[in-house]
Amino acid sequence: MLSIRNLQASVGDKPILKGINLDVKAGEVHAIMGPNGSGKSTLSNVLAGRENATVTGGSVTYQGKDLLALAVEERAREGVFLAFQYPVEIPGVGNVYLLKAALNAQRKHRGLPELDAMDFLALVKDKMKLMEMNESMLYRAVNEGFSGGEKKRNEILQMVVLEPCLAILDETDSGLDIDALKVVSHGVNSLRSPDRAMILVTHYQRLLDYIKPDFVHVLSDGRIQRSGGPELALELEREGYAWVGDAGNEGAVTP
Amino acid sequence: MNSIPNTLEDLISQEYRHGFETAIEADEIPKGLSEDTVRLISARKNEPEFLLEWRLEAYRRWLKMTPPTWASVHYPPIDYQDIIYYSAPKSQKDGPKSLDEVDPELLKTYEKLGIPLHERAILAGVAVDAVFDSVSVATTFKDKLAEVGIIFCSFSEAVQHHPELVKQYLGTVVPVQDNFYAALNSAVFSDGSFVYIPPGVRCPMELSTYFRINAKNTGQFERTLIIADRGASVSYLEGCTAPMRDENQLHAAVVELVALEDAKIKYSTVQNWYPGDKEGRGGIYNFVTKRGDCRGARAHISWTQVETGSAITWKYPSVILRGEDSVGEFYSVALTNHRQQADTGTKMIHIGRNTRSTIVSKGISAGFGQQAYRGLVRMARSATGARNHTQCDSLLLGDRCQAHTFPYIEVRNNTATVEHEASTSRISEDQLFFCRQRGLSAEDSVSMIVNGFCKEVFKELPMEFAVEAQKLLGVSLEGSVG
Ligand SMILES: Nc1ncnc2c1ncn2[C@@H]1O[C@H](COP(=O)(O)OP(=O)(O)OP(=O)(O)O)[C@@H](O)[C@H]1O
Ligand SMILES: [Mg+2]
Repeated sequence: MLSIRNLQASVGDKPILKGINLDVKAGEVHAIMGPNGSGKSTLSNVLAGRENATVTGGSVTYQGKDLLALAVEERAREGVFLAFQYPVEIPGVGNVYLLKAALNAQRKHRGLPELDAMDFLALVKDKMKLMEMNESMLYRAVNEGFSGGEKKRNEILQMVVLEPCLAILDETDSGLDIDALKVVSHGVNSLRSPDRAMILVTHYQRLLDYIKPDFVHVLSDGRIQRSGGPELALELEREGYAWVGDAGNEGAVTP
Repeated sequence: MNSIPNTLEDLISQEYRHGFETAIEADEIPKGLSEDTVRLISARKNEPEFLLEWRLEAYRRWLKMTPPTWASVHYPPIDYQDIIYYSAPKSQKDGPKSLDEVDPELLKTYEKLGIPLHERAILAGVAVDAVFDSVSVATTFKDKLAEVGIIFCSFSEAVQHHPELVKQYLGTVVPVQDNFYAALNSAVFSDGSFVYIPPGVRCPMELSTYFRINAKNTGQFERTLIIADRGASVSYLEGCTAPMRDENQLHAAVVELVALEDAKIKYSTVQNWYPGDKEGRGGIYNFVTKRGDCRGARAHISWTQVETGSAITWKYPSVILRGEDSVGEFYSVALTNHRQQADTGTKMIHIGRNTRSTIVSKGISAGFGQQAYRGLVRMARSATGARNHTQCDSLLLGDRCQAHTFPYIEVRNNTATVEHEASTSRISEDQLFFCRQRGLSAEDSVSMIVNGFCKEVFKELPMEFAVEAQKLLGVSLEGSVG
């Protein structure tokens, strides 16, 4: 589904991603871990098409297409979803309105009829139950005055409504209390299917207790330094990143 | 992100859609302004003596006045001798009769503008007065409204059929010497709408006037007077457009609202005069005096405006809060793009006890647009317990536009409270990226964010106008769900 080859990107003059290689097949869940500032959000943003980081080399193929050639909204309509580490507030724009506009833009792209207000409401209310969210949230402005945890839950609500093919979750677990973590994980797991893939960016094993990854990668200094199975996350939890090596570590193991 | 300004500009630089011209023979008087011009206009309209005297008084005062210079707008001096002060479609010489007699060319014009004048075709619940250059060409639903005692007609007609009401109220809210443009208007005004709602009557439908400037080198000087008698209420809408031309055209209107005890007037405007081209050539100079007077206790006057057009806007819809517990409101969205300039705001003059006013102003600037919010809140010595809340937000698109805020506050009663909040923001890259990541196009994303910014004002607009406003800003409006 997704194939990243030697991807390099800079912010300003500063190289952040220094040659990422990663293959994600349909049905798989990949966890990406790594120290603060190692480039995890930058990678997520580059995949989603944000232009604050400039791609300086490498390629990304998504469902046979050159992902990097697509505009942000085209990637979204092709099924790429990013749950933001820091969800943004949009004053005056109702949550329900944004969701409906987004879903219909995507349906239109896929040649499906747009949902009318009634059908849409039925769908979204159903998904809100899944996310254990109060319906009143629908009518509030997007993320405005939401608590940190509510914002994250709202991101996952958008995800389960939009049903993406490739979901990238950037630290969705940060700031969640333990009950919320379960609810969010339940939401994510409900989307797991043989034709979908997920990339989870996280710092903590506890998320992976609820969402079992197939692969775990360690990103450090702009490169994937190690890859392995779920046991790698446990190892990291025990030993930290010190052994992964600092910038430019010669001994790094790449898959 | 380099693509942002481009996208934003594409969005708001959509072609002006009402720029066509109607080929129709006009009955015009020669260019220029003198006492004779004033007499000529008055004679054309077969006006009673008192009105001619009133016009002449205004003209004499105007001669001694100078244009205001305090506004943040810049334009070359206007040659008042180079303007035609009266132009009417020839076919309308004898004033509007029944719709069947209206020139088909005119009906077509309004249809093209989306304002069908055939009552059957019209949106249910809206009565329209259509003003074309200097005259009213048709007023719909007149008879139906007359059944409940409501007078809704052109100003000229009111002068003929209800001179006592005109005499009683004309110039009592905006006196002839109020300001340079109001004095000019008082001298040469041609037509406009007149509304009288009798005591205790709630107007059963929205009333609206659609102003169209068509003739070249012509100024439009319309005069509107709305009176809501005790306990009456009315919602009134005003729309305006003009053809695209390279010369600037002057539009100097006066609107007076009178609300007696327990009366309510809601006045909404979607102003879409031709704004000029990208380089700032042409466009309407919109120099307008709008004021409402809450003359009785618990009277309520509300102004809502969406200002997207005009090369220059100079406009401060105001409320004089005389009656105890009376309420004044001003909700405004103003958009300036390219070389447009707007100096707009409001005045809330609190005189009565426990009077309340609310001001919500949303300014959007793009391109080289220049915008100023200018607002006065005055609490007179007698305004015990009066309250004002002002909220003034500016949104900048791109980095070559400007927004300024000039709040003037005068408080002479220490039990009065005045609150002022102001903010300036830009559409953030984060917001835009977020919306696009969810699948919306850049244009739709900007529309949605701008729409969210204007929401508090849009929700004050009557339904039909909310739709118009949405189209104008290229904004998809909320509220279709839930
Ligand atoms: N606009 C910017 N200007 C300068 N440096 C930037 C900018 N954006 C990101 N960076 C830098 O890029 C590096 C990678 O940042 P990124 O947000 O991708 O890290 P991360 O792995 O997601 O970290 P965290 O775990 O803290 O979320 C950091 O050193 C950061 O300071
Ligand atoms: Mg991060």
